[in-house]
Amino acid sequence: MPTWIIVAALLLVNAPVLAGPWDKLREDGVHDPRSPAINRLQEPGDALSKLTPDSAGNMVRWVQSLEKGEINPRANLRPDTKIRLYDSDVMLNLNGGMPMVKFPHRQHTLWLDCANCHDHLFKAEAGANKLSMLAILNGEQCGVCHGAVSFPLTECFRCHNTAKPGGKPPRPSLPIAIPAGAVPPK
Amino acid sequence: MSQVRRILQVCLLLIPALVAGIPPAAAEYADVVLNRRAEKEGMRPVIFPHWFHRIRFRCKVCHQELGFKMRVGSNDVRMSDIVEGKFCGACHNGDVAWAPDQCDLCHSAKRGLPTGIYGGHETLGPGRW
Repeated sequence: MPTWIIVAALLLVNAPVLAGPWDKLREDGVHDPRSPAINRLQEPGDALSKLTPDSAGNMVRWVQSLEKGEINPRANLRPDTKIRLYDSDVMLNLNGGMPMVKFPHRQHTLWLDCANCHDHLFKAEAGANKLSMLAILNGEQCGVCHGAVSFPLTECFRCHNTAKPGGKPPRPSLPIAIPAGAVPPK
Repeated sequence: MSQVRRILQVCLLLIPALVAGIPPAAAEYADVVLNRRAEKEGMRPVIFPHWFHRIRFRCKVCHQELGFKMRVGSNDVRMSDIVEGKFCGACHNGDVAWAPDQCDLCHSAKRGLPTGIYGGHETLGPGRW
């Protein structure tokens, strides 16, 4: 069997997926295709295709998109809300098998307030929190957001990003630029 | 005979492609379906798209100022709250965003979908979400 026939057949059969990583609302499996909202709501692809691309989640590098000014989301509704930003990295997983985690407060406080995590999820003291990958995978701790809304837990080395002294370096990040026409993992 | 075998070969090779080629009913990552009461009250369930909202608002606006807890199903929001300007109603008031009389724009999900977070990635936690 000539290989090109197999490749052509695979491409043909998978053609619907090649249209892009974002489903149309009417085909996304959760919107009712007969809902009058379908032609009025913004399509994900129309908004997200203009932002810095990623290979997982919403296929958008949300932090980079914010820092580049591609988006400018409001930080408060009420004028008296104090907007708290904090720039300090915390090193985590100092003794585990994986590379260490450099947790950046800065990127997190761009989106979140201190009280979103402290102290009901994490005590505000380095070394005071016993973190568990199983808990995270189960939607606790970091997993309250990562794996649900922020980048998913398939992206191990985005968090495990710092080699231990004498340890193996973290795997280099995968390229984030998605070539035109490529089919990123859904 | 070899012709038949070749045809069978093609069919076998196409099975995984067919399965993979069906667009998954997966929503956009972090879409939330809300159906605590909607369908019992005769409305379609609500879809809350995180992607749309985070282009316009940082997480802290809803999860700090408006008091939405970060766990699907843990926010008991009634239409009366929204009309009074609480939760969604802080913006969905006809001023910042469409008013609550535009029922169908939020109540746009397929009937029968349970409350939950959709569009998850492969490593979605073992059942918690």
